[in-house]
Amino acid sequence: MDWIRIFENTIRAFVGVDAAYFALAAIGLNVQFGYTGLLNFGQAAFMACGAYGLGLTTQYFHVSFWWGIPIAMMLVIILALLVGIPTLRLRADYLAIVTIAAAELVRLMVRSVQFNRVFGGSDGINTFSNEFRALNPFEPAADYGIWPFRYSGYTMFTLLLGWGLVTLVAVLVWLLMRSPWGRVVKSIREDEDAVRSLGKNIYSYKMQSLIIGGFCGMLSGMVFALDRGSVQPDNYSRDVTFYILTALVLGGMARVMGSIIGPMMFWGLYVFSDNFLRQLVQSEPLRIGGVTIIQSTQVGPVNYMLVGLGLILLMVYRPQGVYGNRQEMALDDR
Amino acid sequence: MTDNAMRSEAAFRAHDSFIGILPEPGIPKRDPILRAKGVKRHFGGIIAVDLDVLEIQKGSITALIGPNGAGKTTLFNLLTGFDTPDAGNWQFDGKDISKISAHKMAAKGMVRTFQLTKSLTKLSVIENMKLGASGQIGEHWWNALLPMRWKDQEALIENRADELLTRFQIDHMRNEYAGTLSGGQRKLLEMARALMTNPRLIMLDEPMAGVNPALKQTLNDHIRSLRDEGMTVLFVEHDMDMVHDLSDWVVVMSEGRIIAEGTAEQISGNLDVIEAYLGAHQGKSMFEETT
Repeated sequence: MDWIRIFENTIRAFVGVDAAYFALAAIGLNVQFGYTGLLNFGQAAFMACGAYGLGLTTQYFHVSFWWGIPIAMMLVIILALLVGIPTLRLRADYLAIVTIAAAELVRLMVRSVQFNRVFGGSDGINTFSNEFRALNPFEPAADYGIWPFRYSGYTMFTLLLGWGLVTLVAVLVWLLMRSPWGRVVKSIREDEDAVRSLGKNIYSYKMQSLIIGGFCGMLSGMVFALDRGSVQPDNYSRDVTFYILTALVLGGMARVMGSIIGPMMFWGLYVFSDNFLRQLVQSEPLRIGGVTIIQSTQVGPVNYMLVGLGLILLMVYRPQGVYGNRQEMALDDR
Repeated sequence: MTDNAMRSEAAFRAHDSFIGILPEPGIPKRDPILRAKGVKRHFGGIIAVDLDVLEIQKGSITALIGPNGAGKTTLFNLLTGFDTPDAGNWQFDGKDISKISAHKMAAKGMVRTFQLTKSLTKLSVIENMKLGASGQIGEHWWNALLPMRWKDQEALIENRADELLTRFQIDHMRNEYAGTLSGGQRKLLEMARALMTNPRLIMLDEPMAGVNPALKQTLNDHIRSLRDEGMTVLFVEHDMDMVHDLSDWVVVMSEGRIIAEGTAEQISGNLDVIEAYLGAHQGKSMFEETT
């Protein structure tokens, strides 16, 4: 078994582009769910807003790449209003139901044949990142960095962009949450009626939180699209939202660091067990006492099973996540 | 209150304001802070609230009593905008506020507490208090990112919050999570937090529920001190000793209607009230026996 290689891949996944775009989406979900208590099961749709905002610049509007940012922001606001106006006055469960449905609607709409000319159908859009690539200060084909952090020039560029955005957004969210604004949204999570009786317009705060979290999701979708150089509708399906939610719980809710460390650990662990299993069954299937436990074609599903098992153990032994506060968790039972 | 020497000037003033007011349901007051007319609310076939007139005297402590299901809490919810009536309107300090949503009531000077205490468990006691202050600059997201804009105001708010915590004797819990407070302490916190909005009318929904007897006396004193500071208090309560002890005026509800009003002494002899609490049959038989 090539442990050096496993270690190399794991440590690279820890700080990889996947972890960065997950972290951006998780920070957004943390604002919505962790701090405000809005159960948004449609973060993938907000990510799609970011990605398609960039994609639409060349596919439909034929304008400069930079227009992608305002276009995406408009899409996020429209989506947040559509989802929020009917549901934010109701109990939290309704938002969860509506967001999960809305995210699916968004995905099915952008991949439909009807809107092929606008969204590129199921093939997506692949032509928007030239202007962005031209900005790359690195040589795209060359290798950069020191072992084990060696990346191609283009990956290095998206990595810097991704983690730069993570840092910026994390600082902004940290500032927001230690302000009186943060106090109001945290109180809304605890008890809406109490906050309303003290004269705060909770509907407006929930909408603000939904949109701010949506902007984080938008940046996540942009980083992802730029890294891949394409926008694919099926990259924004339900499971993405749930993996991000998982990564957030892993890191610890209502903590800024939790929403960054969680995605890093999620990808680190995922890549570690994937690499480990692959090497384990590389030459022959694993057999114990004549029974075949796992063979090379089963690595993918088994890996997800292990991730699931790991999460169950986490919930049992450390329900507050890595950064969470156990005392806060315990207060729920009172 | 038997000991007149203990009475404050505000207590005398409140007492005097009811002299000459007949103990009749819906009787107009000299200087009402709240005036409700024709407020109706039904849930399906059940009429929860059906009010002709209710006026609350400014600067007094008014108790709202009545058997379970009389509609006291529903009336609270309606008046504070937490529920929408089928009909009716009400004025606060002469201004119609019947169409105003709940979150705007606090700014008008009207604040309420809840029967089941709503402490924000995962926030510290001091954060709970600071939430109560109205007109905070840092509550707008664009200011929130710039601490220098709200730091000064925050310091003032914190000072006031600390004063109130000291007054309500929960200052030693200042930095603990509100979820770690006892039931009685939560009642105190909720009352103190409501005061952070600088109300002129404070509506307390069962302030004594679940509070131990030792703490009840303290709560009584706190409620009296609110009146001494010029606030009007309207409270729902089942504890009759407390109603007697505290209130300048008592309003009795039964089956959604106001059936009696008067001072505590006048109410305790009122046959309609006895009937409402003990049932029509018993009421009648008591009446027959006494005549």
